[in-house]
Amino acid sequence: MDKIVTAVIKKYGGDETRLMDILIDIQDELGCLSHETTAHIAKALGIPQVDVEQTISFYHFFAREPRGKFTVYLNDSVVAEFCGRAAVQAAFEAAAGCQFGAVSRDGVIGLFHTACIGMSDQEPAALINGQVFTKLTPARAQELVAGMRAGQTLEELKGKKYGDGENANPRVRALVENHIRRRGVMVFDAYQPGAALRKVVTMSSGEIIAMVKAASVRGRGGAGFPTGMKWEFARKAPGDVKYIFCNADEGEPGTFKDRVILTEHPQLVFEGMAIAGYAVGARHGILYVRNEYRYLRAYLEHVLAEMREKTLLGAIIAGKAGFHFDIKLQFGAGAYVCGEESALIESAEGKRGEPRDRPPFPVEKGYLQKPTVVNNVETLCSVVKVLLHGAEWYNRLGTEESKGTKVLSVSGDCERPGIYEVAWGFSVNDILKMAGAHATQAVQVGGPSGSCIGPAEFGRVLAYEDLATGGSLIIIGQQRDLLKDVVLNFTKFFRDESCGSCVPCRALTGMAQIVVERIIAGHGSAQDVANLQAWAAIRKRNRCGLGQTALNPIVTTIRNFRPLYDARLYKGDERFEPGFDLAAAVKDYEAAVASA
Amino acid sequence: MAKKIIATTSLAGCFGCHMSILDIDERILDLIELVEFNKSPIDDIKTFTKECDIGIIEGGCCNDENVHTLLEFRKHCKTLVVIGECAMMGGLPSMRNTIPLKECLDEAYLNGPTVADCNPQKIIPNDPDIPKILNRVYPCHEIVKIDVFLPGCPPRADLIWDALVALVTGAELKLPYTTFKFD
Repeated sequence: MDKIVTAVIKKYGGDETRLMDILIDIQDELGCLSHETTAHIAKALGIPQVDVEQTISFYHFFAREPRGKFTVYLNDSVVAEFCGRAAVQAAFEAAAGCQFGAVSRDGVIGLFHTACIGMSDQEPAALINGQVFTKLTPARAQELVAGMRAGQTLEELKGKKYGDGENANPRVRALVENHIRRRGVMVFDAYQPGAALRKVVTMSSGEIIAMVKAASVRGRGGAGFPTGMKWEFARKAPGDVKYIFCNADEGEPGTFKDRVILTEHPQLVFEGMAIAGYAVGARHGILYVRNEYRYLRAYLEHVLAEMREKTLLGAIIAGKAGFHFDIKLQFGAGAYVCGEESALIESAEGKRGEPRDRPPFPVEKGYLQKPTVVNNVETLCSVVKVLLHGAEWYNRLGTEESKGTKVLSVSGDCERPGIYEVAWGFSVNDILKMAGAHATQAVQVGGPSGSCIGPAEFGRVLAYEDLATGGSLIIIGQQRDLLKDVVLNFTKFFRDESCGSCVPCRALTGMAQIVVERIIAGHGSAQDVANLQAWAAIRKRNRCGLGQTALNPIVTTIRNFRPLYDARLYKGDERFEPGFDLAAAVKDYEAAVASA
Repeated sequence: MAKKIIATTSLAGCFGCHMSILDIDERILDLIELVEFNKSPIDDIKTFTKECDIGIIEGGCCNDENVHTLLEFRKHCKTLVVIGECAMMGGLPSMRNTIPLKECLDEAYLNGPTVADCNPQKIIPNDPDIPKILNRVYPCHEIVKIDVFLPGCPPRADLIWDALVALVTGAELKLPYTTFKFD
């Protein structure tokens, strides 16, 4: 253990801000991060052990105890449940001989739940030792367990039938499918790597920012902040050292666009980062990728190396003296809140991914307290195309306040789940038609933090001025129990993912779950529904977007599907709590007395 | 105006909240001008003899007798008021909620250092006349609907007094921050 810890820490120059990388690498070698290992890491880095402990405890892919020679993380998102996850879970448990949350007695197989792994178009899906297994069935689960017990390698378990496009690249070899159903001009059409960079170096940074502003490019992560303005703030911020982050931590359940973009067009993203670096005056880029996509690591590293060879990264980019920019990958370790930009920065510094207080904003004091731009994957792709084709070209697409295209991740009850790149301004109905959705009860727009709308609103359009979205649409068919299958799942998700820093988020997510469970059990009252609505007002006091939107699944379904709640309310004498069962409550006592 | 009728009880509590009721001092003389007590340890009336306007509950429910008493209060009282941490949240008794009941009973009656030698027959008290212990301690609102919650451990006498006056007279309850600021 000592040798491994020492070697890994040496690899990262003993830099405590690289703690995430250090922990990930050490866990890869040792299988888990025990207290003994942690003590050793702390000592070698010269930091208090509690600093290492708190980072480890924050991320759910970090293990304190061994999680099996093969660790299965089965996604428990809404869409996975739609696709028959429960039966797959049962098959895994029966075959492995242990429950989820535990390791089989022979130590070979560990079974664990995990939140959405970005495979909503091919569920049920699981990560096994970092590799993705999609479209699981009970039979396949049995086969996998048998294979693991028989000592097969991961490659043998996967088989040879890789997914389409670059998923079959020898450096990826993933079973994942892209499912690109509709290609748009911003992200998914043909493009010449390096063309934009070669054009950019003939311009000044002010000209670039002016062009991005003229095109009114807005952030694609969901909030829609004007990109040009963000770059300008960072450029004007005092200091020589600045950073460009690309946020590929897409953890919003139902979102998987960044996975497909990074699989098919990583050069486009990296080029966008380099352009941002040129415009802002930054030399360092960091692509923060969620741990679930670590199967892309070798491939992405290779693309970066190729770009360096072609002088599209590194020193003197595209022949321009003084233009230095390079990119490194930073992986997360399983925490939804790290998609929030300041939490992402904290995480990249090796800390717990807790959002920061703002101001100061990252453009003033971000990564390592230096001016930092954090852009979404898709935003950076758009910027490359804007610089190639001009602001006017870009402004011809979309609506008044939402220019360009949007890459949508469509999943759920439809015939053609997958990626659709459309110009802003498409209506929900258009999308449902394209995706082949019939008998749709509801659409979850923008993931759990967005809103759940009913057929009356399917005419609304996707745009910042109407339905703003980070790009996820989960289609919910009429056969689903909206409260139990969707709202409760999302509510639990937020409870699990709350970082716990703000009381209104930490407490309310838990209280909301209890009340929603009561209502589903038929024990709720009209007062419970009123309480949920009243509590929702407090969420605005939370520091970050997670806390502020954590009750959205409840609030938007009460607004749009009130009859579903009313139908489940308790109709008896409300003075007495129907959920309390005295006979059940004294059972333990009776058993204890009988056995004594 | 007819006097309002009040009932009180202490369930899984320590009687500290009742002490706090008595802590209203000489105002209790004003109180009995306004109200009549029915079932309560204060006057030792054991069973309800009248329908009541206000029921005051101290303590949560740790056994089946607590539950029956609470249900009786709900049946006979128009407005149910819980006072104190135990009634509101389970309080100190609920510290056992994270431990399985069997382990608690074993420790208390069979294995604990003070009982190991004096219970040779290894009996966990089981007389039909004693209440059955619940699997965990329940706050009152998980069993019946509660109308008013007065926090504190115990709630201050002034808070109890102000709340009672407001309930009895129908006036608005004023809650200055200092009344429920505890640290």
